[in-house]
Amino acid sequence: MNPNSKAFRILAPLLLFVVLIGAWEAAVNVFKIQQLILPKPSEVLNAIIQGFKSGVYSKHLAVTAQEVVIGYALGVSFGIALGTPIALSRTFEVMVYPYLLALQTMPKIALAPLMMIWVGFGIESKILITMIVAIFPVLVNVIVGLRAVESDRIALIRSLKGGAWDELIWVRLPSAAPYIFAGMKTSVVLALLGAIAAEFVGAEAGLGYLMSQLMFKLDTPGVFAILVVLSVIGVSLYLLADWAHRKTVFWDAAAHEPWTPKQ
Amino acid sequence: MNTTTTTDASAQPFVDVRGLQVNYHTRSGERLLAVADMDFQLRQGEFCVIVGPSGCGKSTLLKVLAGLVQHTAGEGRIGSQPMGVTRDDIGFVFQNATLLPWLTILGNVLLPLRVQRRPDKAQWEARARELLQVVGLGDFADRYPAELSGGMQQRVGMARALVHDPQLLLMDEPFGALDALTRETMNAELQRIWLLKQKAVVFVTHSISEAVFLADRIIVMSARPGRVLADIRVDLPRPRDMVGMDSVRFAEYSRQVRTYLYAKEPT
Repeated sequence: MNPNSKAFRILAPLLLFVVLIGAWEAAVNVFKIQQLILPKPSEVLNAIIQGFKSGVYSKHLAVTAQEVVIGYALGVSFGIALGTPIALSRTFEVMVYPYLLALQTMPKIALAPLMMIWVGFGIESKILITMIVAIFPVLVNVIVGLRAVESDRIALIRSLKGGAWDELIWVRLPSAAPYIFAGMKTSVVLALLGAIAAEFVGAEAGLGYLMSQLMFKLDTPGVFAILVVLSVIGVSLYLLADWAHRKTVFWDAAAHEPWTPKQ
Repeated sequence: MNTTTTTDASAQPFVDVRGLQVNYHTRSGERLLAVADMDFQLRQGEFCVIVGPSGCGKSTLLKVLAGLVQHTAGEGRIGSQPMGVTRDDIGFVFQNATLLPWLTILGNVLLPLRVQRRPDKAQWEARARELLQVVGLGDFADRYPAELSGGMQQRVGMARALVHDPQLLLMDEPFGALDALTRETMNAELQRIWLLKQKAVVFVTHSISEAVFLADRIIVMSARPGRVLADIRVDLPRPRDMVGMDSVRFAEYSRQVRTYLYAKEPT
């Protein structure tokens, strides 16, 4: 079978999946591993089905989804809004750069307890953390993208008597779009991470909250089940961002390269 | 500045630059003299080609005329306006076509009108389509730049430079990146378009045969700092054709340009 054919690219990973799951199931049976340590895939599947049937997942999923979507949208918006003046104004850049560096190198999840104190254990603190985590990849890429413009494209706009606004609208933003989307694809994965980690710190609902509850109950199959649900969400979000990238920045060759998650 | 109100356009050159000097700051902070004491005049509708070795300041002159680079000394005017500011009545053609890949061919040609927010919006598209016809790309209006060959892209670049009906066309080695055959075709095309539109053109090139084929006047520049070595009037009938490039007179002009280019400079 041709390794580049579409059928092979779908079937080969699927085959590996079946083999690995089978080996896992067999290993747990053969070595008599306790469910508490490592549940069987069949038990995990059972927990997933139960979770959806009982309506528990849908309740918590809705909360986490809200946190991720709102936090991500805010993060991307602020990333672009903050990155643009930094890229265009040297003065502004010099002024805020040290603080940006400090914020970026700091583990932003560590802000979560503070957010709980400020805005409570509800959804708002999770949205804030998700937003803060999602800002930076977009921000950095906006700055790089707006500056990495071919100088002739700028000369073109100036030769037509265009001003800074025309440069931004006609050349800089579209030129930066591939970078911005690359940042957005990194951010979308981080946004989910941010929401879940913030829920660990303290929450009233959400998949992260549910997971910590199950851990206290030593319900390992339940924890695994949520991990599976989370990775499905993560991949879906990434593919959605990737699709938006390909549709929007249709002229960018890198947008058509195969799936490459970045962390 | 010159404020004489003369009605005879031919008496006054359209572009008049005197004592032009341009300094560049290199990355290491060194000051580099790119152009030294250059005089340059251009009449309305005249096709002027500038040849010279690499780094002689040919492109710098174009950028000064377009207001993209500030000159250090000297003064000049284009039409009635002083030199050194960006203007809405020039068309610039770059070495790489510099089309915007996210716009269609039509969108690229419309760019000058959009940036300059010209009136009569309804007529923009008709004008752009007509120019695409002129450069032979009438059927490609809705394609994207990546779908076109290098020569076709540069035709779009020319249409874009003409769409706002500029007084002056500045061309910075526009065919330098094309293969030799395409280049000759493009030269013939450019001559045809120029005969149609009669714009004043400043065309920078390394190619002597290109210069002789296109020019009313050839200005030969020295190595950096750029100075004018010769100003040669090319008196060949138009339209010139590629076959005529083998003629004795054509060879004589080429020889003349070469003589200046390769002459040992007095030190």
